[in-house]
Order: sequence, then C-alpha cells, then structure tokens
Amino acid sequence: MHVTFSPEELAFQEEVRAFFRDEYPEDMREKRDKGMELDPEDQIRWQQLLHKKGWAGINWPVEFGGTGWTPVQKYIYATEEANANAPLVIPFGLSMVGPVIYTFGSEEQKQRFLPDILASKVWWCQGYSEPGSGSDLASLKTRADLVGDHFVVNGTKTWTTLGQHADWIFCLVRTNTDVARRQEGISFILIDMKSPGVSVKPIILLDGVHEVNEIHFENVEVPVENLVGEEGKGWTYGKVLLQHERANIAGVARSRYRLRRLRKQVKSSVRGAAPLSGDKNFMRRLAAVEVELKALEYTELRTLAAVSSGKAPGPESSILKVKGTEIQQAIDMLYLQAAGYYALPYVPDQYRPDFADQYVGEEAETQSSLRYFNYRKASIYGGSNEIQKNIIAKHVLGL
Amino acid sequence: MDFSLNEVQEMLADSIEKFIDNEYAFDTRQKYAASESGFSADVWKTFAELGWTTVPFSEDDGGFNGDQVDVMVMMQRFGRGLLVEPFLANIVLAGGTLKRVGNAAQRQKWLQSIMSGELQATLAFTEPQARYDIANIATTAAADGADWVLNGQKGLVFNGGSSDLIIIPARTSGKQEDESGITLFAVPADTAGMSINAYHTVDGLRAAELTLNDVRLSGDAVLGGTGDGFAALDATIDDATLAICAEAVGIMQVLKDKTVEYSKSRSQFGVPIGSFQALQHRMVDMLTVCEQATSLLLWATMTVAEGSAEAKRAVSSVKYLVGTSGQTLGEEAVQLHGGMGVTWDLDVAHYFKRLTAISQLFGNADWHLDKLAA
Repeated sequence: MHVTFSPEELAFQEEVRAFFRDEYPEDMREKRDKGMELDPEDQIRWQQLLHKKGWAGINWPVEFGGTGWTPVQKYIYATEEANANAPLVIPFGLSMVGPVIYTFGSEEQKQRFLPDILASKVWWCQGYSEPGSGSDLASLKTRADLVGDHFVVNGTKTWTTLGQHADWIFCLVRTNTDVARRQEGISFILIDMKSPGVSVKPIILLDGVHEVNEIHFENVEVPVENLVGEEGKGWTYGKVLLQHERANIAGVARSRYRLRRLRKQVKSSVRGAAPLSGDKNFMRRLAAVEVELKALEYTELRTLAAVSSGKAPGPESSILKVKGTEIQQAIDMLYLQAAGYYALPYVPDQYRPDFADQYVGEEAETQSSLRYFNYRKASIYGGSNEIQKNIIAKHVLGL
Repeated sequence: MDFSLNEVQEMLADSIEKFIDNEYAFDTRQKYAASESGFSADVWKTFAELGWTTVPFSEDDGGFNGDQVDVMVMMQRFGRGLLVEPFLANIVLAGGTLKRVGNAAQRQKWLQSIMSGELQATLAFTEPQARYDIANIATTAAADGADWVLNGQKGLVFNGGSSDLIIIPARTSGKQEDESGITLFAVPADTAGMSINAYHTVDGLRAAELTLNDVRLSGDAVLGGTGDGFAALDATIDDATLAICAEAVGIMQVLKDKTVEYSKSRSQFGVPIGSFQALQHRMVDMLTVCEQATSLLLWATMTVAEGSAEAKRAVSSVKYLVGTSGQTLGEEAVQLHGGMGVTWDLDVAHYFKRLTAISQLFGNADWHLDKLAA
C-alpha cells in the first residue's frame, strides 16, 4: 500500500503535463480563463487534437482505439486536464454511446460508428428523459414500431444537452408494449438528426443559457440496422451507459482545481477590501469541503482500481455521483459567498469575445451566481441523487 | 499508487479477524471491560504471543518493522471487535515514544518488556488545563544535583491504573505553552510521590488522573534530549490519532452493517423497516460516510508513513471527518435501532460510545478544522 507515484507514473504525468502545456491552444486557454464558453468549433478542434495524440478514448479498451490506461493514469490525466483548465470532452459520443457500441453493438456498427466518435467527426446527443419520464425512466413512451426494414419513431425526448449541435442521437425507445416488466420492451437505437420528422426546440435554463433541448420525433424512419444489440434489451445497455456517466460526473479533478483557485483568490484583496482569508468561518467551510473532496478523490481511485479497463463501474458509481455533485455544489456556494454583492450583476455579454463595453465586477464574482444556478442541475441529471440513493439501497445494501 | 494489503498485512488482518470471530464475542468483551483492570491479561498475553505487540518496532529492537499502515490494518480490526486491550496505551503511545527517543539501554529495558507483554505502560499525554494542546505542560521537572524532581498533574492517562511504567512529559524550561523546554521521563508507577486515581471511562476503558508530588528520578529516566521532547511527543500523538481513526473506521463499518441487518429483520406496519425510503436513504448516507472515511484514512495513513509534507493536514483531515460524519453515523445507528439502540444490552450502544470517545480524543473536529482552515 503506497500513495506515491511509481517512476513510470511520474514519467506519464510529465508527458501529460507537457501535452497540455504545448498542445492546448492558447486562444482556448484565454477564453476559458476569462470565463467564456467555447464555440462548438473550438470544442471539436480540441477533441481532434486529443484524437491525434491517441487520447480521445480515455476509458476505451485498446482494441477499439482507446488508451487502455490504468485507473492511476486516468487520475493523472484528469488532474492535469483540470489544472490546465482545459475543457472536458463532450461526453455523449466518447463516454456514453461509444462504450455501448463497443460493448453491445454489431461488428458493422463498431466499424461504422466508433472511428467517427473517436475522431469527433460526429456530434452525438442523448435521448433518454421524456417530459413524462424523468426519474421513472422506464415509463418512457417514445415508440419505435417496426415497419418492414425500418422503425417508425414517434415521441418526445427532453433535457437533450447540446442537441442543437448534434448530428446523431442515441435513444431509448419502446419497441414492445406487451411485456411483463416495464424495463423490458425498451430498445437502444441510433437516429440521424437529419432524418425527416426530427425537430429541436430550445429550453433556456435559469442562468439564461441555451444548453438543453426538447427533441420531437414525428414518424421518423430509422433503418433497422441502427438498433444496438438485441431488441428489447435497451434498458440493460442504458444502465451500463448510466454507470459510465455517473462515474464521470463526480468531477473530482475539476473540483480540486476550483478549490485551489478559490484558496488563492481569497488571499488577495478585491477593490481594497480585507482578504476573505481572514474570515475564519469562511475558511472553515472551505477546509471542510476540501476534506470531503480529498476523501472522494480516494474513494474514486479505490472504486476505479476495482474495475478493469473499459468496463463500467458498478452501482458504487452512484456514491461517486452523489458525493461528487454535492461537493461541486458546495464549491459553487463558496464562490457565491466569496463574491458578496458582486454575485448580482447579470451582464452575460461581457463573457463574449466581441464584448467592447465596460466590465462589471470580477469574472470570478459575477460568474459565481450563474454557475451556482446552472449547477443545481448536477444533483438532478444522470439520475437524481435521490434515485442514486435508491439504487445504492437496493443493489449495494440489499434493501 | 496502490491500495492493496501486502502478504504480511493480509496475514496480520486474517489472524486478528480469526481471533475476534473465535474468541472475542461481544459478551466476552463486556466481561473483560467490567473486570478490575478493564481488559483481559490472558488476551494481552495472546497479543504478545502472536507478535501483535511487536508490529511498529524496528527489527533491531526485536520488532516486526511495521509502520503506520500496519497499525492501521490492526486498529481497524480492533475497532470491529471493539477490543478493550490497551494496545493504544502500550504500543502506540508508550512504545511509540520509547522507540523514537529511548536510548539503547532504555529500549532494551522498557521496550522489550512491553513487546513481551510483561510490562504495562502508557504515556501521560495531557494535563487537566491543556485541552488539546500537547505543548501546554505545567508539570515541572527541576534539576537537583544528578536527579530530577517532578511536580504537577496529568489527566486522562489511559491504562494508568494498570501501568507499571508511565512516560511523563514535564517542563524543564520555557513558558507553559512552549514547544521547547519539554523533557520526557520514563517513570515507574511505584515511584514515591506518584499518586494515581484510576477510573472508568464511558467507552468501557480505563484512565487515571495522576498527581506528581516531588517525584524524584535519576538522570537515566530522561528519554532523549533535555528540553526537546516535543517532536517525539507530537509525532507519537499523530500516530495515535491515526490509530484511533482506524479504530473508528472499523467501528463505523460495524455500526453500518448492523443497522442494515437490523432494518431487514425488524418489522413494523407489517413490513421490514428497511423497506422505508426515508430509512434507506439514511443508511445509504451511512455507507457513503464509511467509504469516505476509509478513503481518507488510507490516504492519511500512507501520507504519514511516507513522510510527506502533507502529513499534518492528512491527520487533521481524517480526524475531522471521523469527528463529524463519523459521529453522525453513530447517532444514526442508534436512531435506526429505535428503543433497542439506547439500551446497555445492545452492542450498538457500546460501539457508539467508543466512537464518541474517539471523537473527543487528540483534538476534536473543531480543533482540527481550525488547523485545516489556517
């Protein structure tokens, strides 16, 4: 039992560090450090740089073009990625549908879809939730009826993150209503967003940002070869995907980066005020979150160490999701509190590259409230934290 | 980075688990706790025979050459069995001080007999006024020719009533809170002027208040250099803090498991109470705390064992978590057991009491949080 890195791991850390130093584009770094969102084109450019390096499929097995990294290597990578404040890859292709296809898809599907996912040539989005099916996902009503050699899809998916940019969507759809359990009769299918009958309607979140969408399917024809795995087994595949998603949204390395930045921020004076680091109550709250995060860092490492490369972690990943999002939200609250009055100005344009007017407040202050509002989603998405606790109670505690 | 136990640790863990399963049922524990000394001399002999008392000492001293990680492996299991034997007092506190500052003759004399189980020992790590500041020492040691004369009081001396040897930090110079000017003395309990008032503690263990009234010692009682005992004291208390955190994690796991089991067997309204979502989520929280505390314990213990610059933060972090979330876990275990949880007969109550005692020791959660906030 030891906590230090081996010489090989240290060499790997050096390689990753050098990559982010040398290959992470300066223009993106500047945008991100100023709190601006990246354009989809930026995001794709970055993911293609990762692909060139062979680092697009972090969690993928080597045989499908992944890195085959050990949990410690993934940990090192996530740490350096966060320290560089580089963007996370958009998860829907690389972290979600990719693993489902290489685990359950046909040979033809693997060859058809995996290379483009790795190369970020195709933007994927997720069709799980529906207006009437949130936590109770198995109640989903979107239908795919087999007519000849294609399915006809009708229904509505919602909370589709970045669906406005997507080329393809993976969906859980009902292919059979005559089943004993609602979890049966659900299938996992891949739909080209350009298909006639697909329409995208934006949903604006409470911070004013267009991030999610409602997707309508009206008599959309989907070739039968776009069914992944067996008809009616989609629930099983979807669960595997969700476990990947849950482990990924713990966000330990990002949280650590944000806490370290906050520690630095509160040591300096803002507009002549005494540094917040003199406020013992604030510093105690900050320290308490640091302890929780350090614990989660090692909980994640322990969980991942128990899982071999390319596989999804089990229901334990729900613990990472709950704790990880609680910590993210606690950090959001710390930033909000650190901002004081200057959490209030709402001037979203000042984070656009073409903003020519006068800035109000400091970026860390005025972004704090927007981030706080936006990330209330964290304990709701990926299966709400209450649903995670149901999963843990049932599958880990046997209740 | 690696979290697995090595072969030797596996064997150690295995032998302790077997011992607890076969010979340390809860009612046996209660019998030992209620005895005169508060532990079983026979069990302590077994500890020595199995070599458990030698773990954190160097091979040169006749030890097992183990480190904090090995002690963690042991203490976690002692926690699970809720053992009352004075491993902390003898091995971690007294032995830990002696191994750091005892000279060859002192280690030969004292450490050998601690490891063999023949000698009971402890460290008087605090004073009635000191709260959690180990440097706050009002007990004085004045030179008198080649002798030293000690006067003062020590509080909560674990195993004090049974100890043959008590290591006593005393002030030989400086102000009451100074880290420098503290000297460590190895004092036989039967030395004239030592008055020991032994008592029970709430967790079923034993401690003593100690009064030193012109206790005269020869120069060879001094452990280490005159006036610079603080470093050894501090490092020993860090080890002890990690050790009781490991014990706490063992206790927490038992409390969580027992609560989950109970919720499956206890029926109300015609169904097991474990089927209620309000209770399920609370048990999930208990599981999460166990996982988080285990993780932090591993990190902290490895960090200290490897001598990292983060060692102090690591110790404070795990003690803080044990004292907050861990304590809450104990309260939840009692609550979910309902009326049974507040009875003397139920083991859960005794695990909870030990967990509570641990929260109070070597700096409570607030004290450690203040260190982390600085």
